[in-house]
Amino acid sequence: MIVFKKPHALSDVPLHYCPGCTHGIVHRLVAEVIDELGIEGKTIGIAPVGCSVMAYNYFECDMIEAAHGRAPAVATGVKRANPDNIVFTYQGDGDLASIGTAETVHSAARNENITVIFINNAIYGMTGGQMAPTSLPGQVTQTSPYGRDVNLCGYPVKICEMLAQLDGPEYLERVTVNNVKQIKNAKRAIKKAFQNQIDGKGFSLIEVISSCPTNWGMTPQAALKWIDEKMIPYYPLGVYKDRSAEKKEAEQ
Amino acid sequence: MNKLTFRTDNCKGCGLCVDVCPKGVLALAEDVINKKGHHPVTAVKPDLCIACAFCATMCPDCIIEVEKGV
Amino acid sequence: MEKKVLMKGNEAIAEAAIRAGCRHYFGYPITPQTEIAAYMAKRMPKIGGTFLQAESEIAAINMVYGVASAGLRVMTSSSSPGVSLKGEGLSYLAGADLPALVVNVQRGGPGLGGIQPSQSDYFQATRGAGHGDFHMIVLAPASVQEMAELTVKAFDLADKYRMTSMLLADGTMGQMMEPVALDDLQINPMPEKPWATTGTKMERKRNIINSLSLVPEELEQFNFARYEKYAKIEREESRAEEYRMEDAEICVAAFGIASRVSRNAVDAAREMGIKVGLIRPITLWPFPVDPFKRSLSTVKKYVSVELNMGQMIEDVRLATECRRPVTLCNRAGGMIPTPEQVLEAIKAAANGGENQ
Repeated sequence: MIVFKKPHALSDVPLHYCPGCTHGIVHRLVAEVIDELGIEGKTIGIAPVGCSVMAYNYFECDMIEAAHGRAPAVATGVKRANPDNIVFTYQGDGDLASIGTAETVHSAARNENITVIFINNAIYGMTGGQMAPTSLPGQVTQTSPYGRDVNLCGYPVKICEMLAQLDGPEYLERVTVNNVKQIKNAKRAIKKAFQNQIDGKGFSLIEVISSCPTNWGMTPQAALKWIDEKMIPYYPLGVYKDRSAEKKEAEQ
Repeated sequence: MNKLTFRTDNCKGCGLCVDVCPKGVLALAEDVINKKGHHPVTAVKPDLCIACAFCATMCPDCIIEVEKGV
Repeated sequence: MEKKVLMKGNEAIAEAAIRAGCRHYFGYPITPQTEIAAYMAKRMPKIGGTFLQAESEIAAINMVYGVASAGLRVMTSSSSPGVSLKGEGLSYLAGADLPALVVNVQRGGPGLGGIQPSQSDYFQATRGAGHGDFHMIVLAPASVQEMAELTVKAFDLADKYRMTSMLLADGTMGQMMEPVALDDLQINPMPEKPWATTGTKMERKRNIINSLSLVPEELEQFNFARYEKYAKIEREESRAEEYRMEDAEICVAAFGIASRVSRNAVDAAREMGIKVGLIRPITLWPFPVDPFKRSLSTVKKYVSVELNMGQMIEDVRLATECRRPVTLCNRAGGMIPTPEQVLEAIKAAANGGENQ
């Protein structure tokens, strides 16, 4: 009896990501969730600009390549065109938290009934390792070669905390994928984010603290450790907003 | 007996599966180089596999298929 | 007698779009076109359509990209500075071969400029809407009736050729009120779009909407194929109006509001015995080369009348292969040429002399 195989929604092609890059894990989780919810036939995914720019090659559902940062706006168009489609975006930290901040904030504020998968690895991978809005103070990157100096370029952006201030979004959770237990937890969160859309509950965003071994200058193993040691203390895991749960509690 | 199947050509030798296996089943084959130039994973102690699928869960390239009770 | 409704140009665009089957509008307030958004805000909810005021011009064009990918008719509208913001989106629409309508109700520029009418986005519309090699079909209405008719035409052409159309109006066209025969609008059914991302329903292979191609040989082929399509459009879809051109020795070239003013000047000049006519491009891309080529048999001088510092004049020179002198009669910054000014330019061209 097969207890683990590649999900149908994940295309049967080699992924171009670096060895040990957690993009591949999250791609698979999204595909598993699409399979388990039986929604591949009505799902439309929107790929970002960044390392995952070619995500349109990796999912079997209809896929759209969006301009940098604009995936939530494209998703808004797709969802308004055909509300029966399940629409998800898959975005990195440059896409979602830098150039696309306005689109992120406003699609959340509008409570667009979409699912946003946010890959936060505190760096710009595709372009060779530059500072991201989510890079940590002191973090060395190509554009912060002496370490991120908060006096020069301020502090990191905390997306879940920020969006939780809005009345609009339905669900915001931060997870990670640096060990098996966390991966299974991340899958649960991603599944909930898709189920929320199916149930018409509105905007769900899952922030996945991810690794970038290549541009962090570490082995895949060391990178997963760095998530525990440095990333999670700055970006605590957990549920930042769950409107339905809050409503239920209020009613009791 | 549980069975692991590896799509060896797609393995990037990241070694994350080796680390998460609770039974020490896996290792990167130092004497093998696959099409992409990596040392791919192999089951060095296949009899110890308990089909927990931790390896497959961790694998970023989805190259591992796990069968129980083959 | 056909029924006519007195309408503002901006509103005529919106109503015509709805009649053409557009059910999705995304926009951002900017003078002098906000009436389009306001009209859509009122109408769309009543017919089960989408009106959404986007957070920015950039968000709006990307929402358009989303609906276009999903295979439905969609539009946005803006004015000059907002269209600049949309540049990347327009390039993406072209690169992904997506049909859509973008309306530019031009105002004075550059920069924040002014809110009075201009035609200074001609280059932007026909040459530089965004990066890369591409064109949009550019239509220039010169009456409120044409604001409606060309909106419908814009959607038809966009769907026929899988590309984006731009309706290049100006503030005068947007704000003026004229009778419009809406029921006369020729509405054609939308073609099938098997390439659209509507969900595979597990019945077909996935569709991908994309403009990225990292393999240069492939990207080159995409460009070549697109330009073969453009060449066909140039052959078949150019449109212009010729007014009193049969024996014209002076030819006035003008589009939009400039053509309305010029028509008066042409009539006044004819009263004075000057053999002058008007060529009014209706498609700015493809530029109507043919009427200009034919006019070379009688015309000795051209006068390009524009609300900018000289943009369409270059296409007039190209279309006539620089074989005749072409002078510019222009206003800028929101000013509109008067019939008297155009008449003076015609007289100057007729009387010869330096720089003519």
